[in-house]
Amino acid sequence: MVSRQMRSPFGRPAGLGSAKEGVEHWWRERVTGVALLPLTLWFIVFVMHSSRDYAAFVAWLKMPLATCMMILLLIALFYHAALGLQVIIEDYVHSAIKSPALILMRLSCFGLVVVGILAVLRIVFGH
Amino acid sequence: MSDSPIAPPRPRSPNIQIYRPQLTSVLSIVNRISGGILAVAGIGLVAWLVAAADGPQAYSAAQSALASPVGRIVLFAVTFAFFLHLCGSIRHLAWDAGYGFELRAIYASGWVVVAASIVLTLAAWIAPLFVTW
Repeated sequence: MVSRQMRSPFGRPAGLGSAKEGVEHWWRERVTGVALLPLTLWFIVFVMHSSRDYAAFVAWLKMPLATCMMILLLIALFYHAALGLQVIIEDYVHSAIKSPALILMRLSCFGLVVVGILAVLRIVFGH
Repeated sequence: MSDSPIAPPRPRSPNIQIYRPQLTSVLSIVNRISGGILAVAGIGLVAWLVAAADGPQAYSAAQSALASPVGRIVLFAVTFAFFLHLCGSIRHLAWDAGYGFELRAIYASGWVVVAASIVLTLAAWIAPLFVTW
């Protein structure tokens, strides 16, 4: 039988899971979670000892590795948070505010990443 | 039947009101709750960075807020939530890879998560008292 579509028969179901989105959400949650493992442990170990006085904290954050790790931490943290909060909202909110809540949550996570990164850059490069 | 518009709402399974809490179910919801707490803590992290970006005065104000009794309790709770979520998620990754599904293993790993979270939380709070860089 010749299909009138350009797509192969396999192309139609490829990547489509139960919700027609496949395992993408689940997989991204895992990848960001694994990324957060070293990032958060680094944060706990190093911030705890260098955050006491302002000058020491700024000097520490100005190190290129610390700057990069801090920005990566913010991105991975709020990406992971957005994925997790999405599932919580989907599971418990069944009223009309479900979609607005999802949009508000995701925009908030975007906004927090931007504000966080900007704060880091301002600390590192000065005012 | 279930798809009838006039059907009364039926209790859904699992009916948690009559369910005896078990380690498995408690740790399941704990992982979700701790994740929610950590998402809120993320707002605090950004606020702390913004204070540091503002200058020494705002930074020391943020630091003294964190050092206050309420600040310390919140910070301690966030630390515990963090290690619960971390250890619980490592358990989930093991399940994802196909390991630890036997009932004994599930309970053993569950208690390991509880014990490791307590030990790591205490270690994170005690270690700075002894370690000087």
